[in-house]
Amino acid sequence: MNVLDIIKPENQVFCKSKLMTDTTLSYCPGCGHGTAHNLTMEVIDELGICENTIGVAPVGCSVLAYDFMNIDMTQAAHGRAPAVATAIARTWPKKYVFTYQGDGDLAAIGTAETIHACNRGENIVIIFINNGIYGMTGGQMAPTTLEGMHSSTSPYGREIKTMGSPLKITELISNLPGVYYVTRQAVHTHKHARKTKKAIKKAFENTRLKKGLSFIEIVSNCNSGWKMTPNEANIWMEEHMFPYFPLGDIKVNGILK
Amino acid sequence: MSELKLMKGNEALAEAAIRAGVDAYFGYPITPQSEVIEYLMTERPEQRTGMVVLQAESELAAINMVYGAASTGKKVMTSSSSPGISLKLEGISYIAGAELPAVIVNVVRGGPGLGTIQPSQADYFQSVKGGGHGDYKLYVLAPSSVQEMADFVEDAFKIAFKYRAPVLILSDGLIGQMMEKVNLKDQQKRLTDEEVIKLNGNWATTGKPKTRERNIITSLDLQSEKMEARVHRLMKKYERMEQEDLRYEEYQTEDAEYLFVAYGSSARIAQKAVQLARAKGIKAGLLRPITLFPFPKKVLLNLANQVQGILSVELNAGQMVEDVRLSVEHKVPVEHFGRTGGIIHTPEEVLEALEQKIIK
Ligand SMILES: Cc1ncc(C[n+]2csc(CCOP(=O)(O)OP(=O)(O)O)c2C)c(N)n1
Ligand code: SF4
Repeated sequence: MNVLDIIKPENQVFCKSKLMTDTTLSYCPGCGHGTAHNLTMEVIDELGICENTIGVAPVGCSVLAYDFMNIDMTQAAHGRAPAVATAIARTWPKKYVFTYQGDGDLAAIGTAETIHACNRGENIVIIFINNGIYGMTGGQMAPTTLEGMHSSTSPYGREIKTMGSPLKITELISNLPGVYYVTRQAVHTHKHARKTKKAIKKAFENTRLKKGLSFIEIVSNCNSGWKMTPNEANIWMEEHMFPYFPLGDIKVNGILK
Repeated sequence: MSELKLMKGNEALAEAAIRAGVDAYFGYPITPQSEVIEYLMTERPEQRTGMVVLQAESELAAINMVYGAASTGKKVMTSSSSPGISLKLEGISYIAGAELPAVIVNVVRGGPGLGTIQPSQADYFQSVKGGGHGDYKLYVLAPSSVQEMADFVEDAFKIAFKYRAPVLILSDGLIGQMMEKVNLKDQQKRLTDEEVIKLNGNWATTGKPKTRERNIITSLDLQSEKMEARVHRLMKKYERMEQEDLRYEEYQTEDAEYLFVAYGSSARIAQKAVQLARAKGIKAGLLRPITLFPFPKKVLLNLANQVQGILSVELNAGQMVEDVRLSVEHKVPVEHFGRTGGIIHTPEEVLEALEQKIIK
């Protein structure tokens, strides 16, 4: 098999979703956002629900998600996406509504909106990219920044005594009765990406069945913020992020694992 | 069938919202406007018309819910009082920036800070000068009766959809809490989802069919030229509002030698002060701006050519008086008379202020 054979559509294991636009991604090479976008669009395309899906973009590196996703999208204020999605889902109960948010957006400024939308069991999907840092604004500390991890606002490493522990918001919200499905995944290898896609599909199916809230955390890298090459960042993520944020299902069909 | 009822201002507004076919209300309790959400919850609007009513976890959430539902082309409103509106300003700026129709009600109380729960007009600056961040304005309607609390809901939505812009109904604790008779309009049908798509599908995020490009609601323009164009587009809207939708009322101004300018509850008191003045032989009149933005600048300038002095009567430490002064271009003396802290001026006090500050 030569290169030309390999890139034939039928031989590709991973290609650009039809629902991704041709706009060049604004993400750093090696960043997980692009893959997470693509998987989300693949799922929407495969489920044939484009016409009935409304996405809510956050503030953060993925603020321009609507430039890349060829679906109807509303861009929300920093942290407020779950409130925006709540209203859309309430006033259009037949639609599929999802938010796409970073850790600063979802677990810092938007903690209240996140917890309450989850607690109300809104019939939405939340896709949460946890890269342990504020990427867009230049690598400041996030609630999910690990102990000892360096950032521009924790230049000597995150100190628990003064800065608190890295926030496991996903575990926190999994305890709320309104939350139906919670899983933590990654997208840095094919194997992980496939699992993530399955999880996203399950989440949208939950919306169809009106099961309430589905929450998918994707532990991802921020090679720019972490000041590493993409490969180093992925290895560092496996060694440091995964032990604190272990991958796998946390709550399935409303039952905690 | 229209219906005559005795109601509180807040309740009349809530009932008018159901009857106007509003799709959704999102709010958070705060005195003196909690009756709005209480009334709505009691009336079961989801059964009457299918209207969604939700008590949000905060004003921040409530206004962002308004943003969300408005972005999909639905008719959506919220209400609050001063400290709550301060929290809502982030969302209001986004709604203006993203050019979405929405109705926001502020039943003002005294401030700053936690202030008092008594009526005030101290949110005038915040309402008409922008309030939130960036270059934007709100179309501001100021009711002065329970009837107008009801009537302005529909008017506000007409403006909001005409310009795709947020509209503020600026009331206060007096009008929100007092009971008056009100003539309620007939129930209007809420639009079906198909009708919403037909009407607003060219811009709203209702789900992308194959037949059109994706719709995007955003207030972000990282390219400076595009951002400037957006701001210019907003400014054009505001000019058009001034030309096409300015509202005001004149009372005994034809032969007036002295003029009160007052809105909302102050206007009711000033109107009585006009009568007291006339009984004393003082030819006073009243200009009541109904829209505070756009402001009736030209009308005031014309009146300034006729009267000898103007008194701006407000329940604050002096806010609208600045716009009155700007409008009359130094043609006549303009003074301010106000009470704060939740105290309402009496008509006698207002007349006395006219005599002392203007007539002298
Ligand atoms: C009200 C408000 N505060 C702060 C900001 C600045 N800001 C923009 S993005 C961001 C952090 C985003 O981080 P995260 O959600 O983790 O997303 P990432 O960029 O890492 O993908 C901040 C603080 C803002 N836009 N609005
Ligand atoms: S800054 Fe980090 S999160 Fe943002 S695009 Fe670059 S790698 Fe991705």
